[in-house]
Formats: sequence, structure tokens, C-alpha cells
Amino acid sequence: MNGIVKRFPGVVANDGVNFEARAGEVHALLGENGAGKSTLSNVLTGLYRPDEGTVSLNDEVVHFDSPRIALERGIGMVHQHFRLVNSFTVAENIILGEQSSSLFMDTASAVERISALATQYGIAVDPSARIWQLSVGEQQRVEILKALYHGAKVLILDEPTAVLTPQEADALFTVLRSMVAEGRTVIFISHKLDEVMAVADRVTVLRAGKTVSTIECATTSTRELARLMVGRDVVFDRVIRANHAKPDNIVLQVSNIDATDDRGRQALKSISLTIGESEIVAIAGVAGNGQRELAEVISGMRPATRGTIAVNNEVVPNSRVRKAMTAGISHVPEDRLHTGLVADHSIEDNLILKSYRGAPISKMSVLRRRIIRAQAKETIEKYDVKTPDTITPIRLLSGGNVQKVLLAREFDSLPSVMVVSSPTRGLDVGAIENVRKRLVDAADSGVGVLLISEDLEEIFALADRILVMYEGSIVGNIPAAEANRESIGLLMGGGSLSAENN
Amino acid sequence: MQSPLRLERRLTQPKWLNWGVPLLSLLGALILGGIVLFATGKNPISVYARIVERGFASTDAFSRTLISATPFAFTGLAASVAFRMGLINIGGEGQLYLGTIGAAFAGIAFQDQPTAVIIATMIIFGMLFGGAWAAIVGILKAKFSTNEIITSLMLNYVAAIFLDYLIFNSSSYWRDPKSYGFPTGKRLTKNAYWNDISIGSIEIPFGFVVAVVAAVIVWFLYNRTRFGYEVGVIASSPNAARYAGIRARWKIITVMALSGALAGLGGASDVGDFRHVLDAKGVQISGYGYTGIVVAALARLNPLSAIFVAVFLGGLSNAGYALQGPDFPSGLVGTLQGLILFTAVAGEILTRYRIKRQNTIADGVIV
Repeated sequence: MNGIVKRFPGVVANDGVNFEARAGEVHALLGENGAGKSTLSNVLTGLYRPDEGTVSLNDEVVHFDSPRIALERGIGMVHQHFRLVNSFTVAENIILGEQSSSLFMDTASAVERISALATQYGIAVDPSARIWQLSVGEQQRVEILKALYHGAKVLILDEPTAVLTPQEADALFTVLRSMVAEGRTVIFISHKLDEVMAVADRVTVLRAGKTVSTIECATTSTRELARLMVGRDVVFDRVIRANHAKPDNIVLQVSNIDATDDRGRQALKSISLTIGESEIVAIAGVAGNGQRELAEVISGMRPATRGTIAVNNEVVPNSRVRKAMTAGISHVPEDRLHTGLVADHSIEDNLILKSYRGAPISKMSVLRRRIIRAQAKETIEKYDVKTPDTITPIRLLSGGNVQKVLLAREFDSLPSVMVVSSPTRGLDVGAIENVRKRLVDAADSGVGVLLISEDLEEIFALADRILVMYEGSIVGNIPAAEANRESIGLLMGGGSLSAENN
Repeated sequence: MQSPLRLERRLTQPKWLNWGVPLLSLLGALILGGIVLFATGKNPISVYARIVERGFASTDAFSRTLISATPFAFTGLAASVAFRMGLINIGGEGQLYLGTIGAAFAGIAFQDQPTAVIIATMIIFGMLFGGAWAAIVGILKAKFSTNEIITSLMLNYVAAIFLDYLIFNSSSYWRDPKSYGFPTGKRLTKNAYWNDISIGSIEIPFGFVVAVVAAVIVWFLYNRTRFGYEVGVIASSPNAARYAGIRARWKIITVMALSGALAGLGGASDVGDFRHVLDAKGVQISGYGYTGIVVAALARLNPLSAIFVAVFLGGLSNAGYALQGPDFPSGLVGTLQGLILFTAVAGEILTRYRIKRQNTIADGVIV
């Protein structure tokens, strides 16, 4: 793939990416979320057409109009979310979509071919089992078999281990090795450093839509990969703080919290942390390591299965949003438009989302529209929200103004603690500055801030202390002054600081 | 595969759409209905002219139209209240039956009381019965995530069988023991009748006045109170509701009960205003509950508009009764109602999307 450029409205997802994979190798594609890995693989499989650049297969320039055509040419993909029909058998799923001249499906011979393939690559799957009976790991093997059955020479796996247990991941790596031994190519998309080192022959690192480098795994270390992935050449400037943090005046104490995710798997494992007055504590980590669940548990949206949360030394009842609000916990969720705000509702209706229950906003259960409007006008002016009026729906505002409305509401609730998730994601430079300044102002006024972010630059610019989350646990607790990108990046990828020398 | 036209999401919904789209839908339905009439050898213009004449053109006709409109107004309000929270309550029909049962009970039990007391208890019992019936659907959805479309629809049949049982298959409290041959319910005494209110020569059923008051209350509830605000948040964004600590489960039960209570009130009005008896067969052939869905759709879930739509559809059915005969098939009104619902739902798309030629630039956002 040569000089691939893919633009989406407002972003350049791939900006001149070069990538090549050889027959008979596992080639890892490494990068943070939003670095352009998925876009690149979607270009390769024909889901997106590149705006610039070419894709070549065996030295021949090719244009794939759809994933189906790509598969006919031998490029298959296993997505993060499987594309299987739950009530069908393994064999039926695999032959699904096959062109056939006869009216009836020839399942028997397909089962034979599938069994042969499965034995050849050591993939243990029963072709007559139904998908709903299989574990996630087994379903993934079905996806791989499906690609092999349709003749994939190049197999792309998008973060395949995200859903697997460590044992299943090891089994997967064995299968991948046996595939490349046959001369096939595996493209392995991941942001986990240790996995990449374990399975890949070579690795291409992407950052902010550009190729950083392609290197042999044998000649590199997790430490170097971490540095390449997060990029240390970015200059970061610490925001100057008026008030110094007082970590000993604890405003939020989280003790031994366990919680499960939406699918019932354990997402948080005995999390403990404290935030002091005027302190900004950042949680670094790759998305999906329990950050969202932690924010939801603290704000009362998700029940903790164990442990307690206390604000100003008073325990907050488990899983009670309104109790958490009155205790002084404010929450700026990652999903601004559909969780933090109601996109279809007006600015003024959104500003009262947490205060509509009592005076002065409502009286005897009746909303006082005049007061709501007057307050909204004040807020718009104070926080410089650009809008023609207070009844404009949130979804018509630009990203920066949406975040201003959300932050305005949360700041004006005069919290003791703010849990802020990816507050500047998707915003432009000016808006980012504004949001960061507001967060620092809040901390200066005494609020303890828990900043959850994947953006290391932001964490270094704002945080007093950095915690790193990996697979539901806090694996590092480092004062910002002593932290550096490499060590944080290493911890984010599941490495440990003591092992950094090998 | 490239079509020269495509649908594009509207960023804003201009005000004119609120009345423009229903009117366009109506016009579309009339044109489609005209084709049906023409195909069956009738002159569409003269048929429509006669509908207007017999439905709306005289005070006499208009009084009769209001009679037909009253149950539609209640079931339309009932549907709007539930649809506003995204609850598809198809059970207005059964909830209305339960309302007639409750109101008939009160009318018989309190017949020695003053008229005002009887009417008040009929209203209360009608609402209680209808509300409780709908609350079953709400509780099932809140506790077990059952699909409310299916449960509310199924309960219609249960309610119909229950109604039949009370009059035909048991010697229940409601059945008139002196009715030989064809069983009927006990007739209410004259002092349990809801008397019409006359303005000039137009007779307004008391139930219609109650419907207007109910519509104003529902409008206020949904537009000016904490309750309505919470319903709006739940309907637009369940995640935001969870985030703000709004309990959706209780709201589901409450809104279903409110919807059922309004349909039950329609049942009470049916007994008090018109039939003065628990008429098991009569109320079932009317299909008020299903027409309520058409009313709500055409009124775009606005409770105040629902009253006007109910009057319009009331006029249509009233004219249908009056004109029935060899040159005016009785199925015509039902056909027109179906076409109106069809075009109203199609028109709903136009409020959210606009039709554009390819390659035009989308509206910008406000920065």
C-alpha cells in the first residue's frame, strides 16, 4: 500500500500511509486509538476507497470495490465484532454467501473441507455446532476458518485478542504461526505491545494517520515500540496552576472497587485511588481497559460489586446517581451527545438536566420556564457558547460549543469531584485550549479532578499525578513530575517497569 | 445504483412542517381515496362533497360529528401519551373496554347518589380500570423487557373475552337478570346520564368537554412539568436519562397507566354519554382504540391537535353512517382512515428528512 490518504469530514484518518507485508510473515499494525489502523485495513479490504494512493497485490495495482471482491482476490478480514448468524451451524456460516449453481447447499462436502482445513491448521471447531453454543474464542476461530475456506492468502485480524482470555490468545498465536508457515500473510492489528512482540515478525507503527516506521521485531523492544507509538517528539507544555494540589485533603476516596462490564465480565479489579483538593489525577490507558466502567461506578451509573466510594469522607450509596450528584460528584462522560446531553433537546433543557428537580428551576413539580431561560442566557454568556438562542438543539452546535454547554452545567453544579472522560476528543485546537483552561480553573478553585484520557499529551499537560489502567487494574501511580512517556506507554501496553531493560 | 434523488436528514424542523405535513398527508390520502372511488365507478368529487355536507356543514351534522369524535379524542390522547415516550401502546381498545366496565359498575352501584357524584365516580372507575389494565403491560415491560406492542395487543383480545363473559356467559353484577333471550347489561338510571351542553344549536357531549380538559392537562403535564421533562429525556436518550438518574422503569409503568386511564376515560364517556349500559357487542364493533392510533399519528402526538384530528375523523365516520347505502359502500370510511394513516406515517419521514438531488451540499452547522 503506497501513499494511502483517506479523509473524512474534518479529519484525515490516513495521511500518506505506506505499508507492505510479505508472504509468510505476521505483520503487526501498531498504534493508539485513532491512529488510523482500522481505516487502513478498511481501505485494504475494499470497504473504503482511498482518496489518494494505491494498493498493490503481487506487484499489480488493484482496486477493490467491496470486501467481497477483496476476498475473491485472497484478502480476508476478521473483524472485532463477528459477522456470524447465531442460529446457523459453523458449516452453514462458513459457506454463507457462496455462489452456488444448485438450489440446495452441499453441506456435506463443505463439512469435509472445513474439517480438513481445521486439522491442517490445528483449529479445534465442530462444524455442526451452532454459533450460539460457542465461546467467543471459538467464534473467532470460525471467522478465521471462514476466511481460509474462501481462499484468503492475506488475513487481517482487527484487535483479535481484545475478546480473548490469555490462554485463548496463546492458542490463536499458534494458529497464526501455522498459517504463515504455509506461506500465507497475517496482518495483526493491535495496540498491545507484548502481544505484538510475541507474535509478529515485523511491525509497522502508525501515529496520527502517518507511518512512523516499519521494523523487525527481533531488533526492537517493547520500550522502543511504546516510544514510537505515543511519539515523544511532541512538545508538551504544562499548564501553569495557581493553586497547588493538596493531595492530603482527600475529596474522593475509591476503595477496592470491583465491577462488571455490560456483558457481565469483570471490568474493574480491586481499584483503589484517592484524589485531593485541587488535585488533577489522570488515568492513562488504552480504551477498553475499564476506564468507562470506573467513571460510571464513581458517578453511580454502574453498580460496584465490591468496595466503597467516599466523597469528603462520607460514603456514597452504591449505584445511586442522584445520591452521587448531591454528594458532589460531577461527571463529564465521553459520549457527550447521547449521555452527557440530550442531542435533540434545546440548550436550556440540557442545562437543567441535573437541577430540574428542585428550586429555583422547578416549583411544585412545575418547571419555571422564565427562570430557566434567564439562567441559560447567563450561562451562555459566561461560558461564551456560540449560539443564536437558548432554544437551539444541542446537535446543531459545533463540538467545542457542545462541550462548553456540558462543562458549564457540570461546573455550575459546584462539585467537589469531577470525573472527566476524554474531554477534548474530537475538538479543534482553540476549543481544546478552552476546555483545558476550564478544568484547571476548576482545580484551582478546589475541585478534585479525575481526568480519564487516552491522550498522553493532555495528561502530561494537566495532571499532578498519573495512574495507568490495564485490564481493569491500576498498574502504575506516578507523580507527573517523575513520569515520562516511555514508562507510561509501556505500562499502558501491559509491560512492567522492572522488565524494561530486556 | 445511483438514484438522482436521495433523502437527507434535516438539521432543523421548520415550524410549517407541523401543519404542512399533516395537510399534505391528508391531501395525498384524498387523492388515493379518489382513485379507489373512481375505480369502483363513483365520482370522487361528489362523494367528498357529500361527506363534507353530512359531516360538518350543518349544526345538526356537527353535533352528531362531536358524538363520533368524543371516543376518538380519548383514544387519540391515550396513544399520544404513550407514543411520546416511545411506548407503542396498541392496547387502547382493551383499555377502553375496561373503562366501560369500571364506569358501568360505578353507574349501577352509585345510582342513588346525586348526578355529580355518579359522574365523578364513573370517571374515576373508568380511569382506574383502564389504567390498571395498561399498567400490566407497563410492569411486564419494566420488569421483564417484554415487547409492549405484543402484550398490549394481546390484552385487547383478553379484554374482549372478559367483556363478553360479563354479559353473555355469567350472571355478573353488570348483566341485567331480567333480560331474556338476548342478554344485555343493566341499564343506568336517568340520573347517571351525562347530559349534553348546548351552545346555540350545537349539542356538545359532556364527554367531549372532558376530553378537551384532559388534552389541556396532558399538554401542560408534558410541556411544563418535571414529569414531562423526564419523559422527554427518556424518549430522546435513554443513556442521558441513566446519566441524570432518571428511573426509566417507573416512568414506563406510570406512562402506560396514564395512557390506559385516558382510554378508560373514553370508555366511561361511552357509557355515560351514549350507551348508558355495558354494551359488550356495541363497543367492540366500533374499534375506537385502533382509530386512536390514527388520531395520534396525524396529530403528531400533540394532545391539543389530537382534539381537532378527532373531530375531523369523527365527521368522516359520522358522514359514513349517514350516507351508507348502495352508492356509498360502508367500507369507504375505513378505507379512507387507513389511507390517512398510511400517508401520515409516510409524511412523518418528510419532517425528518428532505428530498434532495444528488451532489448538493448539506447545510452547515452553526459555529
